[in-house]
Amino acid sequence: MKRIVIVGATSGIAQHCARLWAEAGPVHLTLLARDAARTEAVAADLRVRSPASTLRVAVCDFLEPSAIARAVDETVADGVPDIVLIAHGSLPDQAGCQSDLVANLEALQVNGVSPVLFAEAFVAPMLRAGRGTVALIGSVAGDRGRKSNYVYGAAKGLVTRYAQGLQHRLALRSDSTAVRVVLVKPGPTDTPMTAALRAKGAKLADPRAVAARILRAIDAGTPVVYAPGKWALIMMVIRHLPRAVFNRMDI
Amino acid sequence: MNASGWGRYPRIDAELRYPASADDCARLLAAPGRLIARGLGRSYGDSSLAPQMLCTRHLDMLQSFDEVTGELQCAAGTPLADLLRVFVPRGWFLPVTPGTRFVTVGGAIASDVHGKNHHLDGSFSRHVSHVDLLLGNGERLRASPTEHAELFAATCGGMGLTGVILSAGLRLKRIAGSEIVETTLKLPDLDGVLAAFDAHAPSTYSVAWIDCLARGAALGRSLLMLGEHAGDGPLQVQPHAPRPVPVDLPSALMSRLAGQAFNQLYYQRVRGTRTTRRVPLEPYFYPLDALADWNRLYGRQGFVQYQFVLPREAGARGLRDVLERIGGAGVGAFLAVLKAFGPGNGHPLSFPREGWTLAVDFKAEPAVFALLDALDRIVLDHGGRHYLAKDARMSAATFRAGYPRWEEFEAVRERWHAIGKFASAQSRRLGLQ
Repeated sequence: MKRIVIVGATSGIAQHCARLWAEAGPVHLTLLARDAARTEAVAADLRVRSPASTLRVAVCDFLEPSAIARAVDETVADGVPDIVLIAHGSLPDQAGCQSDLVANLEALQVNGVSPVLFAEAFVAPMLRAGRGTVALIGSVAGDRGRKSNYVYGAAKGLVTRYAQGLQHRLALRSDSTAVRVVLVKPGPTDTPMTAALRAKGAKLADPRAVAARILRAIDAGTPVVYAPGKWALIMMVIRHLPRAVFNRMDI
Repeated sequence: MNASGWGRYPRIDAELRYPASADDCARLLAAPGRLIARGLGRSYGDSSLAPQMLCTRHLDMLQSFDEVTGELQCAAGTPLADLLRVFVPRGWFLPVTPGTRFVTVGGAIASDVHGKNHHLDGSFSRHVSHVDLLLGNGERLRASPTEHAELFAATCGGMGLTGVILSAGLRLKRIAGSEIVETTLKLPDLDGVLAAFDAHAPSTYSVAWIDCLARGAALGRSLLMLGEHAGDGPLQVQPHAPRPVPVDLPSALMSRLAGQAFNQLYYQRVRGTRTTRRVPLEPYFYPLDALADWNRLYGRQGFVQYQFVLPREAGARGLRDVLERIGGAGVGAFLAVLKAFGPGNGHPLSFPREGWTLAVDFKAEPAVFALLDALDRIVLDHGGRHYLAKDARMSAATFRAGYPRWEEFEAVRERWHAIGKFASAQSRRLGLQ
């Protein structure tokens, strides 16, 4: 059975990935999350969907390096994972981050620092085992800072640069093909995290379709994947707009 | 934002909320004002519309399943399509399914939906073992046929007006194969199709497509589609890859002439008087799901689906009155569906009762609304009533005549703290508190 670890298992996109894995299963799933009750509910859902899969649930503090290290050690002691999906995040209120430095710090930590620490902690044992895939959920928001969500975008940009660097490091190893890093950049997706966007009438991507694209990218070891695919084109344009033009846009 | 039901008529400006948990629902409910729960928004008219709408799409967790009894517990926002995908390959099927799989379990209970097996198996709520409700006073409570039975009965068919359904228990049924053995009977007139329903009453599934624009001797000509679960073969669901309707079609396309042409083709498509074939379950139960957003076919102003039931004894006479009125009205009408109902269940607002139910789609336009007002009188004169999940326009008087136990329903709502907390555009129009 494939060993899969999902960090931030209660996130909407992570849940849909887990369902796809479980429904195609059986698999051995470890769910790492912050909230025990919500994680148990996710685990119950997956058990019903895939009775033959085995599930392990672990809860830890996602901002505390020693807690992260301990959770990863315990998970790896159970067996080195084939796939680690690092999916947690929260969509902060941009205006709130501007007026409240504590909220700003938390948004940067949850969306940027914490995913990076998890990736670093998992990569080491995977390299020792000589195999596996680490997938990180970044965001299209990390491609260029925009006034409407640049704190979130900065944190996701951190994840982007980190994934690039890690990919570079692994590419130069002689056993480079064995451990792969996949950076996923979803556009706005219809999950609880984006409920406020949806309430304003934003068109959001189907989370199951986004999850299916993520699973394919993980299987193929694609270094960078946009989900849905159209965002690759949109963000290429956004990234290359001259500053003089970009700064006049209300986005 | 702008919100509407599946018929895209009427439209209102509303605040939509997307709670991620039962606790979120409780927080939303604690704020002042009234709200209504909404699943996938597949009720046709205004039953899921309100200035504040609590959308349950993220409450879609399965909670437990008993592989021996088929007893499933899941959150109310779970789409039936999810249940099919998970359970059909394991040899389980929905005990009752409406004509689309894109409704939620909570919505199916609130509308007490029926399927092609109503004459044998009753409506959806017969297979619901309990509902977990969030009441207007914030209390969470389990109701079942034996526990707070009056609340359970009012909730099943109660259009979300008794509380927010958070989760439910449901008994799935065993199947040996996912395919359906479908037999189509071609019937030349109304008497023919009603007699055929009676003659095939033991058939598990039965439904008729009826040409509601045919007149004279051909009045009521129909294709009766019978179905049985295959006793063998694959257990599988088809991947859902709907063909999109890319634009709102000009509504002039849905004219009377086009309707007649469509109905003629549809009727003539079946050659023999009796044909049998094996089909996957999707085209049998969910033919319109193959087309994403088929509601856009009716153009921007939307459409209404008119569905009523006439008591058995009113039978052919009542249906003939209705069909003659539709055929003579000079409006376009495409899909019309006729079905024999078995006995109802005694819930105050549950739609099905023993008799004949007919559903017809009409473009939302002034001539149609005048026609429907006239049809309301015919339906009531024959002792019938209208399906709240389809309704977008009937009067409070029509509602009260069709559902004489509405006061009992209001009394249950009063006792369980629903009044002043739950209301929809429909409930206001129908004169409910």
